[in-house]
Amino acid sequence: MTVAVIGASMTKFGDRDAWIRELIAEAGEKGLADAGIKPDDVEHLYVSNMASGEFEGQGGIMNALAHDLGLMPAYSERVDQTSSSGGAGIYEAWQSVASGASEMTLLVGGEKMRHKSTAEATDIIASITHPAEYKHGLTLPSFAGLTARHYLERFDAPRESLAKVAVKNHKNGVDNPHAQFQKEIDVETAMESPIVADPLRLYDFCPITDGSAAMVFTTEERAREITDDYATISGISGATDTHVVHERTDPTVMGGVVESSDDAYEMAGIGPDDIDMAELHDMFTILEFLQMEGCGFADHGEAWKQMETGRTERDGELPINTSGGLKSKGHPLGASGVAQGYEIYKQLVGEAGARQVDADTALACNVGGFGNCVITTIMEAR
Amino acid sequence: MSFDAYVCPNGHVSYPGHTLCPDCGEEQTGTIDLSDRTGEVVTWTHSTKTPPGVRAPNTLAIVEFDVESEAAAAADDAADADTFVRAIGQVTTDDVETGDAVEPVYAEQLRDPEVGIKEPASQEWDGYRFDPV
Repeated sequence: MTVAVIGASMTKFGDRDAWIRELIAEAGEKGLADAGIKPDDVEHLYVSNMASGEFEGQGGIMNALAHDLGLMPAYSERVDQTSSSGGAGIYEAWQSVASGASEMTLLVGGEKMRHKSTAEATDIIASITHPAEYKHGLTLPSFAGLTARHYLERFDAPRESLAKVAVKNHKNGVDNPHAQFQKEIDVETAMESPIVADPLRLYDFCPITDGSAAMVFTTEERAREITDDYATISGISGATDTHVVHERTDPTVMGGVVESSDDAYEMAGIGPDDIDMAELHDMFTILEFLQMEGCGFADHGEAWKQMETGRTERDGELPINTSGGLKSKGHPLGASGVAQGYEIYKQLVGEAGARQVDADTALACNVGGFGNCVITTIMEAR
Repeated sequence: MSFDAYVCPNGHVSYPGHTLCPDCGEEQTGTIDLSDRTGEVVTWTHSTKTPPGVRAPNTLAIVEFDVESEAAAAADDAADADTFVRAIGQVTTDDVETGDAVEPVYAEQLRDPEVGIKEPASQEWDGYRFDPV
């Protein structure tokens, strides 16, 4: 059964007074309105979230949201796949409709983080590491530093190429009213910012963010009854790589990206050349290169060269992260994959405003951990 | 304390160990102690924004150890055996480069277990740092 997306929403990302229940209720209500459906229509509810218990001490948020939006007796479930919880939520929502278990599914992703210090938030996120990593103080940013150094040294890539990812995504974020940062930066600013995990500096990293996003899924048959403008999920898959990051055969290959995108392309019956725009999980600038290569947009070790040609700029041949990416839009863990879905959906139905590009087929790649779990989604305009 | 990598009957080596070999699903039946040998730095970083209880800066490295002879000896077919294993950990100094030779040095406590999010009793906190030779 073909699954359609008929609506999407996102809250303002950034520093929010709202707590997790309020954030996901805000996105959920807007999502229902965008789809033009009523609470009674929802049969399944999925809530993507990594750590509401650790961050806020609030558990059971899927049930809380169902009650706050009046969705009872809809089935509800919280989806945790760390940073790829949102993508995993898209996969769950797709399965719920494709299997016939639900005719109308609401997905809401959200995270409340900014009330914690950077050190505390970093530790909560680092709790996903293996004990052999955690005891040495490994953090997700430190994995990025280790990997970026290896990539730059091995492929003789200039350090500036990573700064150009940040510059591009900040430039795109200026036109995203939901983005945490709507501010351009230049290469010099990025190159001279404080070291976080060298060779990576402050502007190579996404910020800590509060926010939420939502999507509404139904059958294509029902979608046609509701709206003329919808998109279909033509390909979707998830894959897992090692828990212990240094055990991967090649530190510059994200196996979960390769496997999930291969499967998604096969399901859609297309290849990388057919993708018109993509949202990649640029939690760290180096990850944009690794996903470009893993998704087949560049040969291994050569993604950095596309920063010289402008291919991935908004007016380029393959725009990447028109939303501003996690880099400027922000990264509220469980919301990020849903917000990627929001962006590609809005691009496909022509509602991306100043960010609009010409796209009929779009891809989102949502990465959990340091590539530990990955979901790739391909959507097509109808 | 030893610094053990784990090996399965097919000669696949991993650090740390797993319930079943990640490569072939066999039980890991042997160990190879890495504490008395020299490894080579594959990559490194100075982590400055460290979590509670972790030194700052925290210099970290991925190090590759030659285990060819032990892995081959453990394997039913030596041709399938791994030749190296990698480990990750803190470096004793901030002055390290890719390709440096390093030796493991034991440390009783790598970070303060009392202030992080993990339950102190849930894991060990001692281990080996890498010291440039």
